[in-house]
Amino acid sequence: MKLLVAVKRVVDYNVKVRVKADNSGVDLANVKMSMNPFCEIAVEEAVRLKEKGVATEIVAVTVGPTAAQEQLRTALALGADRAILVESTDELNSLAIAKLLKAVVDKEQPQLVILGKQAIDSDNNQTGQMLAALSGYAQGTFASEVNVAGDSVKVTREIDGGLQTVDLKLPAIVTTDLRLNEPRYASLPNIMKAKKKPLDVLKPDELGVSTASTLSTVKVEAPAARSAGIKVKSVDELIDKLKNEAKVI
Amino acid sequence: MTILVIAEHNNAELNAATLNTVAAAVAIGGDIEVLVAGAGCAAVADAAAKVAGVSKVLLADNAAYAHQLPENISLLIAALVQEAGGKNYSHILAPASTNGKNYLPRVAALLDVDQISEIIAVESADTFKRPIYAGNAIATVKSDAAIKVITVRSTGFDAVAAEGGSAVVEAVAAAHDAGVSVFVGEELAKSDRPELAGAKVVVSGGRGMQNGDNFQMLYDLADKLGAGVGASRAAVDAGFVPNDMQVGQTGKIVAPQLYIAVGISGAIQHLAGMKDSKVIVAINKDEEAPIFQVADYGLVADLFTAVPELVEAL
Repeated sequence: MKLLVAVKRVVDYNVKVRVKADNSGVDLANVKMSMNPFCEIAVEEAVRLKEKGVATEIVAVTVGPTAAQEQLRTALALGADRAILVESTDELNSLAIAKLLKAVVDKEQPQLVILGKQAIDSDNNQTGQMLAALSGYAQGTFASEVNVAGDSVKVTREIDGGLQTVDLKLPAIVTTDLRLNEPRYASLPNIMKAKKKPLDVLKPDELGVSTASTLSTVKVEAPAARSAGIKVKSVDELIDKLKNEAKVI
Repeated sequence: MTILVIAEHNNAELNAATLNTVAAAVAIGGDIEVLVAGAGCAAVADAAAKVAGVSKVLLADNAAYAHQLPENISLLIAALVQEAGGKNYSHILAPASTNGKNYLPRVAALLDVDQISEIIAVESADTFKRPIYAGNAIATVKSDAAIKVITVRSTGFDAVAAEGGSAVVEAVAAAHDAGVSVFVGEELAKSDRPELAGAKVVVSGGRGMQNGDNFQMLYDLADKLGAGVGASRAAVDAGFVPNDMQVGQTGKIVAPQLYIAVGISGAIQHLAGMKDSKVIVAINKDEEAPIFQVADYGLVADLFTAVPELVEAL
């Protein structure tokens, strides 16, 4: 079966972003960009499903600027067979991304779509669920285990109180949580090979999707800073402070 | 304006996060209706009817909603909105729990509107504040949509009173079963300790705990303080403890009166989940650890001596 795996180019998770002086957004000039960590887990899961013989083809897709080809090449180096860039320089909201992905799903007809549960830039946690709704597919979000059997997939999900398992009819959407797997690193030969794998570029217009949004960002500010307190010398002093100064115990 | 709040519950009890979500609805202003969707959940609807500020409770009691599968719940909510003409509800609010995060984006897509995730403040009926980049920036966003679909971060809003209201309960007969998903089972952590999200005191351990067994020290400390126990992503990644204990950008967001970070270095992803706590205590043997930059009280010490000492002294 065919798998579609969606990835996003985001600021590297080690970068501490700064808000721009004019409050229009965060400063991304000359900042290291990477594949969103949850998307790495999604690619890894797809590759493992192919290695197990469950999947026959992996198509990686992203929506983003020309530079997002880097993240697609990474996905190809990790084991995806081909890639699709839906090229847009606009900052798109989750619904627009989900509509574009739906158009790709219609074109490619995958049995399973794997996405990260959230991107570490916008922290929205929406795209997979929205894609599932637009496609009319079942969804297994925040997955910690994925087992494909016949025409369904069993997904164990990380929920507030523990774990939940659901059985979903294929085609279905899965979004990844941290413990699903530990992503591998791409080997040098695979990075070289990835350069020759096919990468198609599409425009939102070609997919017949409107990316208009009803949301606008008024401003972006730095959060209220928390200042460092004091160092205590002993456990006794700590208890005394908590009891008599902070009055929290 | 009428605001629809989706109740968080387990068919038996109304989850406290619902009260914070109603508080966000109060801040927006308008009539507040609460939807209780589940199976055998009449007691939850009765509890929701008592919540201060609620004018009506919609009770959708049907086997299709027993486990709040998002495929079914989203059809129900979208139908409620569309049957009402689409204009009757100005806002749909749900707690930003794993449950709310699961079904609400699906509702938004069915209604063809953007969702605003995890708001922490209401500026006006159409403008909200939400954290981005792990809380390293706060965005103010404005929505021009006819209906605003929003998840609410509980720590951003003080809960409304659970008692004092007297709303009418109205049954919703519709059964929406998408027929594409089946609940198989769940494993819920059983604990006498308070839930992380609502605990007044939280004790969390990080990579410095070295292994899962050493978390026993933190459980002992938590029991002395009536605290919930959390962990950093590093401790979860290392397999010390399960993921439902994770506090941080991609785990739970907490803001207790007292947060005690033990053996946690203080990565930005962890700080995102706890920096709104009232008082933060850090115990770490590395005095350069970034956690000390946000801690009100820092103790530079070996946790393996400091924590037992603390348990003893309390």
